[in-house]
Amino acid sequence: MKRLCLWATLWLLTSTALAESLFEQRLGELTEASLAETQSLLEALEAEGDPRLLPLFDALFNGNLYYRDADQTLVAADPNTGDAPYIGILSGEVIASLNEDNVTKVRVNNRLRRYLNDALARLKLTAPDPAIREAAVNELLTQLNADTIAQLDVLRADEQNAKVQQALDTALNLYTAQSSDQVGARVQAIGELSSSLQNAVRNALARLAEDEDAPEAVQNAAAESLNSIEQKFTFYGYVDQLFFGLSLGSVLLLAAFGLAITFGVMGVINMAHGEMLMLGAYTTFVVQQLMPNAINQSIWVAIPMAFLVAGSVGVLIERCVIRFLHGRPLETLLATFGISLILQQLVRTIFSPLNRRVVAPDWLSGSWQINPALSLTFNRLYILIFALIVFALLVLIMKKTALGLQVRAVSQNRAMAKAMGIKTDWVDALTFGLGSGIAGVGGVALSQLTNVGPNLGQSYIIDSFMVVVFGGVGNLYGTLVAAFSLGVANKFLEPITGTVLATTLVLVFIILFIQKRPKGLFPQRGRAAE
Amino acid sequence: MNAVMHFLSLGRAPGSKTLPFVAILFGVTLLASLGNLLIPETSALHVSTYTITLLGKYLSYALLALSVDVIWGYCGILSLGHGAFFALGGYAMGMYLMRQIGDRGVYGNPILPDFMVFLNWDELPWFWLGMDQFWFAMLMVVFVPGLLAFVFGWLAFHSRVTGVYLSIITQALTYALMLAFFRNEMGFGGNNGLTDFKDLLGFDLQSDTTRVALFAITAVILGGVYVLSQAILKSRFGKVVEAIRDGENRVRFLGYRTERYKVGLFVYSAVIAGIAGALYVPQVGIINPGEFAPLKSIELVVWVAVGGRGTLYGAVVGALLVNYAKTRFTAILPDGWLFILGGLFVLVTLFLPKGLVGLVGQLRSRFKPSKTTEEPAA
Amino acid sequence: MNTKHLLPGLALGLSAAIGGNALAEEDPIKVGVLHSLSGTMAISESTLKDTVLMMVEQQNEAGGVLGRPLEAVVVDPASDWPLFAEKARELLEEEEVDVIFGSWTSVSRKSVLPVVEELNGLMFYPVQYEGEESSENIFYTGAAPNQQAIPAVDYLMNDLGIERWVLAGTDYVYPRTTNKILEAYLMDHGVAEEDIMINYTPFSHSDWQSIVSDIKEFGSAGKPTAVVSTINGDANVPFYRELGNQNIDSFEIPVVAFSVGEEELSGIDTGPLVGHLAAWNYFQSVDSDANDEFIAAWHEFTGDDSRVTNDPMEATYIGFKMWVQAVEDAGTTDVDAVEAAMIGQEVPNLTGGMAVMNANHHLSKPVLIGEIQDDGQFEVVWSTDGVVAGDAWSDFLPDSKMLIADWTDPINCGNYNTETETCSGQNY
Repeated sequence: MKRLCLWATLWLLTSTALAESLFEQRLGELTEASLAETQSLLEALEAEGDPRLLPLFDALFNGNLYYRDADQTLVAADPNTGDAPYIGILSGEVIASLNEDNVTKVRVNNRLRRYLNDALARLKLTAPDPAIREAAVNELLTQLNADTIAQLDVLRADEQNAKVQQALDTALNLYTAQSSDQVGARVQAIGELSSSLQNAVRNALARLAEDEDAPEAVQNAAAESLNSIEQKFTFYGYVDQLFFGLSLGSVLLLAAFGLAITFGVMGVINMAHGEMLMLGAYTTFVVQQLMPNAINQSIWVAIPMAFLVAGSVGVLIERCVIRFLHGRPLETLLATFGISLILQQLVRTIFSPLNRRVVAPDWLSGSWQINPALSLTFNRLYILIFALIVFALLVLIMKKTALGLQVRAVSQNRAMAKAMGIKTDWVDALTFGLGSGIAGVGGVALSQLTNVGPNLGQSYIIDSFMVVVFGGVGNLYGTLVAAFSLGVANKFLEPITGTVLATTLVLVFIILFIQKRPKGLFPQRGRAAE
Repeated sequence: MNAVMHFLSLGRAPGSKTLPFVAILFGVTLLASLGNLLIPETSALHVSTYTITLLGKYLSYALLALSVDVIWGYCGILSLGHGAFFALGGYAMGMYLMRQIGDRGVYGNPILPDFMVFLNWDELPWFWLGMDQFWFAMLMVVFVPGLLAFVFGWLAFHSRVTGVYLSIITQALTYALMLAFFRNEMGFGGNNGLTDFKDLLGFDLQSDTTRVALFAITAVILGGVYVLSQAILKSRFGKVVEAIRDGENRVRFLGYRTERYKVGLFVYSAVIAGIAGALYVPQVGIINPGEFAPLKSIELVVWVAVGGRGTLYGAVVGALLVNYAKTRFTAILPDGWLFILGGLFVLVTLFLPKGLVGLVGQLRSRFKPSKTTEEPAA
Repeated sequence: MNTKHLLPGLALGLSAAIGGNALAEEDPIKVGVLHSLSGTMAISESTLKDTVLMMVEQQNEAGGVLGRPLEAVVVDPASDWPLFAEKARELLEEEEVDVIFGSWTSVSRKSVLPVVEELNGLMFYPVQYEGEESSENIFYTGAAPNQQAIPAVDYLMNDLGIERWVLAGTDYVYPRTTNKILEAYLMDHGVAEEDIMINYTPFSHSDWQSIVSDIKEFGSAGKPTAVVSTINGDANVPFYRELGNQNIDSFEIPVVAFSVGEEELSGIDTGPLVGHLAAWNYFQSVDSDANDEFIAAWHEFTGDDSRVTNDPMEATYIGFKMWVQAVEDAGTTDVDAVEAAMIGQEVPNLTGGMAVMNANHHLSKPVLIGEIQDDGQFEVVWSTDGVVAGDAWSDFLPDSKMLIADWTDPINCGNYNTETETCSGQNY
């Protein structure tokens, strides 16, 4: 009986194996192959042409392919979490019993990733989503040959989506331009290509224009098309630079906001301002530690938390130190410098001198691809928007609320304000708290761009002072204009002079500017400002 | 101003602090030097070379602090970029010392310093020419910081940049210089700066005698500058300067060209800072762009504040004390010394607006009721 | 064990009772630790301080050296270069330490160098550096350029078929030298000048938008492109973030870094970095008994299981072990004797094989190349067959290719010109 069963199983196994394919057999080898052997194995798999290739390659490419330790069943981890639930590659069903302890990752290296990237493009040519199809076609531009062209030709005939059609046309034209034996067809194809912004097209045209063996007509046409493409690239290059500049400006702005209040409005030379930024960044880190499963949402918690943490430290500093130094602005510098040393060392003691890992939420990663020549990174874009929102809020607080009115009154004429019944002590503390809190919020944004470590604040303190002084102390609009103009100036200088010299030149410019207009771009007017 | 005068008059005659200061300075210097050179190492009274170089460094810092105090304490100009002048003086000295290495460098090039050989430079850049002459290098020690201070001061004081704005742009100045000197293309050795010096005027920098001599020279120069500064501040010029500190507009309305006084004093201060840098470099053996760091400039302002600004010896005392504390605490409490340093700055600003020497004065007047009445702080 | 401790203890008591210095032999051997605990370099250096302390503790548990206990003397040079020289003098003159483990940046080593040479101290420098130096008093246990940069470029060229190169670095002497060596090396291998892009940025550079976009543009010319990064410490996080955000994937333009190890990665969100490379002599992920033991000891010492180990820690480990062996061999802590005994010392690498101290005061070590994984560790994708001997003077630079260092007789010189057969640039 037992033996019979065994026989039956065996027969079943062999027959399914024969019937189903070499695909599964090969798949089994994947878990044991060395990295060097993997590629030929994958090529063999691709040759089999199985519908399960796509999920397999996709998982492998993204580092989500695992196998069950017990029986080496291949599974794909969830692309969002990177672990459970795991889906069987062959079965396509969730295997609930698996977690990260009983699976092992299938290794990939860069050579495999490169192969997989191309293979995925081939596989995705027939994907239902037109955007994926379009991307796949564009990915194939660098690997056109007679086979792929034949495939693309067929696809072109059935394609309904205009964008995909366009991409396919580009691919076909590119192939014709390079490989057709009719000069006329080549010239015409090259002409059509002049509207494409694809890098592969640009490179191919550049090669053609230089190619001594190509007919002169082809060379000329290529040079002409290339010229028109290069013009567009130059234009988009400027747009890019402008965006870089605005983005740098928004970072400067976020860093300088707090100082625009503590220094600009209150006149405290707040050397501990950088440490408020640092506190905001560390708050982001702590919040992420507290909610490790909700990184994407953590930022919305971090922003108010950072405001509160930095703000209350600010109030504390004002109450304990700054209030004793009214009217002695230069001395606030010394005291706050001491505070900044203490805060840095405090953070070093609590969190160690090492940088802390702040994870970027998914929606802040990647970039917005407007066209092949122009893309804007999401984190920079959002930070730019965020800076403007914070700015708007700050202006609103200062112009429309009672607190704002009182703050302005106290900063303009303390004695008179006090006589009018404003609690100046209270207003001072709140103002300093507000400035520090806003700096904390800036720190949240900075944590998405740079190191979160004890030295974070120091790297922004001088820039912040420059922005506030350049814009005109006590003027929020001045700060805005100053930050953006310094950012843009820096980024337009950078390609010409190099990074360091650009920064140096901007500094020298500020120094000279202040000599000319000692009160900055937008000086505060009236007697109160004296 | 009154407070300062009050301070100086704690002794019997105004300015009598000068004599004791110079006497103490020279006395200590002499003892330390003899202790190093004559007393054998086994003796408990022996002063180690380490102590000598340390003292030499402190005295250069004291000179630097003095230069800040001259403009801050007496003229109310808070420069947050005085490290720049110090570093420029240091670089001038460093360039001379580099040229003295000659062909003893790593690559054995008789003309070019190692880092230039390494960067494939074929010839000495123009600004290195003449730096192998001691007199020329010393001229540059004085001239370069002086010129920068003159140009900067001329522009700033003529357009009446004052107070906080001035402080911030001096900070920008030193920051810009730091970035520039960090660039390897500038020809100042980039981040590594200038180091591996061999000898000065033919004297081996590593020998104890040279070290003691350098230390003694620093002390003499500090004493000299102290006396000179005291004289300048007591002169008619000094009176106007102090008046500017207390009310620039009034002085201007009286017909004084205040900016000229300020530029003059600023240049004087920068020159002292440059000299301090030149004395510092051979004693510590390295100069690099880190000396331009804005934080260093802020720190030295803090020395002056801790010691007590507006009194020259206060600045010196502050520089010595803070640096000594730093040396001790970095050894005893490597993880916590920043707490102590930071705390010190806060406490001094809050409770000792006139610094530590002010505290001494306060205590003395408490125990021995002074005939002059207590004046409010400036 | 007990008697081992008892004897020196007894002797110590006796010597104290007599009050003379005749029995000074039983005093502890002092180990100076010269690593920044504050300032910008504290990030990297404080780990090495802990490593030395751990090694001292282990050695004391094993009975000390020459029957004497070890005592660590820790000072904080605060990332301030002149202060390094001052603290080195303090360690040697005031504390009279027998050996110093310290420094990270080249400039701090350059600052300390004249002091240890003057006072005839002994120092171990545990970090990969630019070479072009060999002092009688310093032992270099980190990688020289030929133990890191050249193998990495070989790997990219031969295994990944890279034809276009971006050499990006922070503007200081290590990247400058490495890039110079690499440029010469690449040109020797037929890479055209227009296929090499060199870029320098200041320390802690944080706005990488333009540079990354330039790299992208440079890499879009249709040839396989790679970035060789000598970007230092702090600047790496924003650099890699920008790479990730501008969608530069590791399989399109791989970045191989020489200054990014496990420690640096622990402060980075490694998601976007997966697949980028680093070249070192050690990776925490390497599976060996010695390494497991080391990692376990480190976790126990720090009381933190998430602390990573890295290459400079292994260099410190090897240096320390070698020093102990050399002292035991020499039978004294006398610097000259230990220096002579150091050459030829062998200590097992944590990754397998033997590290040997060569006559030029540099080590022979294996070279590994790893790909960054999403857990912040490296997966070794390539390694040299055996060990590579550290070369103090690069063979690819015109001014140093005829120079060698050899601290054995008859040459006994750190800067020996084989063409003119002269020794130059020596102070003592």
